[in-house]
Amino acid sequence: MKRLMLGNVAAARGLYEAGVAVVSSYPGTPSTEITEELAKYDDVYSEWAPNEKVAMEVAFGASLAGKRSFCGMKHVGLNVAADPLFTVSYTGVNGGMVIAVADDAGMHSSQNEQDSRHYARSAKLPMLEPSDSAEAYEFAKRAFALSEQFDCPVFLKMCTRVAHSQSVVETGERANVAAKPYEKDVAKYVMTPANAIRRHPLVEERMAKLAAFAETTELNRVEEGSDRGVGIVTSSTSYQYVKEVCGDRFPILKLGMIWPLPEKKIRDFAASVEKLVVVEELDSFLETYVRELGLAVTGKELFPPLGEFSQNLVAEKLGLSVHTGKALGEPLPPRPPAMCAGCPHRGLFYTLSKNKCTVLGDIGCYTLGAAPPLGAIDMTLCMGASVSGVHGYNKALGAESEKRTVAVIGDSTFMHSGMTGLANIAYNRSNSTVIILDNSITGMTGHQQNPTTGYNIKGDPAGRIDLEALCRAMGFSRVRVVDPYDLDECDKALKEELAADEPSVIISRRPCALLKYVRHGAPLRVNADKCVGCKACMRIGCPALSFRDGKARVDETLCVGCGVCAQLCKFGALESTKEG
Amino acid sequence: MDTKNIMIVGVGGQGSLLASKLLGHLLLGRGYDVKVSEVHGMSQRGGSVVTYVRYGDKVASPVIDKGEADYIVSFELLEAARWLEYLKPGGQVVTSTQRIDPMPVITGAAAYPEDLVEKMKATGAQVDALDCLALAERAGSAKATNLVLMGRLSRYFDLPEDAWQRSLEAMVPPQFLELNQKAFALGRSA
Repeated sequence: MKRLMLGNVAAARGLYEAGVAVVSSYPGTPSTEITEELAKYDDVYSEWAPNEKVAMEVAFGASLAGKRSFCGMKHVGLNVAADPLFTVSYTGVNGGMVIAVADDAGMHSSQNEQDSRHYARSAKLPMLEPSDSAEAYEFAKRAFALSEQFDCPVFLKMCTRVAHSQSVVETGERANVAAKPYEKDVAKYVMTPANAIRRHPLVEERMAKLAAFAETTELNRVEEGSDRGVGIVTSSTSYQYVKEVCGDRFPILKLGMIWPLPEKKIRDFAASVEKLVVVEELDSFLETYVRELGLAVTGKELFPPLGEFSQNLVAEKLGLSVHTGKALGEPLPPRPPAMCAGCPHRGLFYTLSKNKCTVLGDIGCYTLGAAPPLGAIDMTLCMGASVSGVHGYNKALGAESEKRTVAVIGDSTFMHSGMTGLANIAYNRSNSTVIILDNSITGMTGHQQNPTTGYNIKGDPAGRIDLEALCRAMGFSRVRVVDPYDLDECDKALKEELAADEPSVIISRRPCALLKYVRHGAPLRVNADKCVGCKACMRIGCPALSFRDGKARVDETLCVGCGVCAQLCKFGALESTKEG
Repeated sequence: MDTKNIMIVGVGGQGSLLASKLLGHLLLGRGYDVKVSEVHGMSQRGGSVVTYVRYGDKVASPVIDKGEADYIVSFELLEAARWLEYLKPGGQVVTSTQRIDPMPVITGAAAYPEDLVEKMKATGAQVDALDCLALAERAGSAKATNLVLMGRLSRYFDLPEDAWQRSLEAMVPPQFLELNQKAFALGRSA
C-alpha cells in the first residue's frame, strides 16, 4: 500500500517486515517514533530501557539468543551506549542487530550537534544513511540481512529532516524469520584480552569485505547529469537539497552506505567530472575520506560545518540562483519555547529563583527553567550531570556552597543516569541537595513511560521503582516529597534541606499537566477591581498570563487553574472562575 | 507540475499536525508526490513552530526555503509575520487574527507589534486575515481552529469541496467529525 509515512515510522515498518523480534530503546528526539511505532506491533517485544547503554545491551542479548533485535537512540544517546558498541563490533552478532541513531543538525531539540557518522568509522561498523522515508523503510529492511551476512551490528543513521518528514512509502508484509540457534562460542563472545586479540583481525577483514560490498551495492549509485563541470558526492537529506536545486544537471554519487566507503567508485566518479564537490551536513566526514584518497575536492571550504542545510544554501554555495522573499522589515519579538501553563516545574523553579540558589540542571522540559523570567538554571550539560556536578561543585567550594546549591533532575533522567551520581554523593559524602522533578513521565520527548511510572511502553502495568525507598537505600536519611503547586511548602523544604548538615533529596511530585489523566481545576480570572498592576504574578513566566492596559489578564483557554500565580498575588485579584 | 509549497505556522501545541495530515491525504489522493516536514521536541512547548507541505510531480527537498511558499497558513498573527520572508513574491497568507503573547512580551522585555496585517500587505503579500478562533468556538470548540483555517485555505485551491470532505472523513476521528466539518464550512464560507 502506498502512503505518506514519517521517516521514523517507515524505518519501524522496515524493521518490522524484516522480522525484528526484540526492541529496546531510550527515547530521544528525533529518534523516538521508531520505537513508539514498533511498540504497536503485537508480534514484536518492545520496551523503553532506563538508558541507551542498557538498551543496546538488551538488543545484543537478544541477538546472542538468535533473534533479530533493534535499539534506537539520538546522537547523544549513542555516547552513552558507546561502551558496548565498540566491543559488539568485536563479538559480532548471532541474530541480526540494527542500531538506529538520529542526529539533530540545527539542534531543534538537543544540547549539541555532534556528527554520529564518526562512530561508524571508529567502532568499525557499517552505516546506512537514508535520504527519505522510502529509503528509511528499505534500508531498515536491508540492515538486518547485512548484519547477519557480515556478522556485525549495522547502523541506520537518521537525521531530523529524514526522521520527521513524511514522504511516500510502499510497504509489504512481515517476513517469517526463524530464530538462529544459540551455540556457546567462548572465542567469539567472551571478550577477554586473549579472545579479543583474535577477534580484532576478523573485524579488519570484515571491514575489507564490507568495503568491497560498498563498490557493488546499489545502495551507492551514480546518477548521470548533463554537465560534467561539477560532480557531487552526497547522502541523506543533503542529497534532496542537491536534487532540488540541480535536478539532473550535475552527475551525483549518491551514497546510501556511508561507511565503509567505496574507494574505486569514488575514484572513478572523480575521474569522470571536472570538479568534485562533497555536500554534507555537519563534519567533513565524506570529504576527509575523499581527501585521504589524494583526490582534489571542495567541501567545507564552501559549506558550513554547523546547522541544517536547505535548497537556498546549496544553491548559493554552488553559484546557482537563490529564491528570496520579503521580510516585514522590523525586528519581531522571538517566541522561544516555554514551560506550559500548569507545568509542575514552574513553582519549584520560582522557589529556586526566589532563594537565589545556584542550580545545576539536567536534560528535559525543565531546562526551560533557565529562560527568563525564572532564569533559575546555571548549568545544563548532559543526562545526569546535575547530580554528579553538584557534588563536584560543592567539593570545590565547601560548606558555604552547600547552603545555596542544588541539582535538579527529572524522574526519567534520574533513572537514566542520575542514580550513579547520587551513589557518589552518598559514598563520598557531600552535603548536596538533589531535587528530583517527578512529573511521572518522560515529558520533552512526548510522554514515554519510565521505570518510576508503573507502566510499560504499551501502557500496561509494569514494575515501579519507588524513588523514596531507592534514595533511602543509598543512605539518604533526608528524603521528602513536596507538591510544586504549593509555594510555601516548596520554600520551607528547600530552606530546611539546604541548611541540613547531611545530603538530602527533595522529590517535587506532580504529574505533567499535559497528561490525559490529569484533571485540571477551573481557569482563573483577574478581578480588575482588585488588580493593582504590580506584576507580581508575571514573575513565574506563565504563558496563560499577560499584561494589558495596566492589569494582569488570564487566557482562559490556556489556564488550567494550578493556582501558583494566585499565591503570588497579595491583593487576591486572581480568582477562580468556578461558581461558589 | 512544478512543486507547490504550503507552510503551516503557529505556536507549539496549536494543532498544526492535523492540518498537515489532512493536506497530505488530500494531495496524495490527487496523485501528487507529497512531502511533509514537521517539528517535534522542544519547540512544541509553546515555541514558534512550522510545518512544510510540498506537492508536485516529484518533490525532492522536504523543507520550504525563503521566497518559496505559495501559501503561508498561520494560526497566529505574529507567526505569520515572522515567516513572511518565506512567501513567494505575490504569494497568499491565510492567517487567524488570534494574538498569543510570546514570553518576551509577557515578561515586558518586548512589545507585541501593532498593525501586522497592514504591514504584511505593504510588502506585497496577499493577506486573508480572519478570526478563526471565534469561528472555531462557533463551530463548537476552540480546538477546531485548524479546520477553520483549512476551510479558508480550500477557497484558494481548484479542487472540488468533495475531495476535502473525503480527506476530512479519513483523517478525523468519527466523534469529532461533525465539529470539524462545521469548522471547515465556516472557514470556507466566512
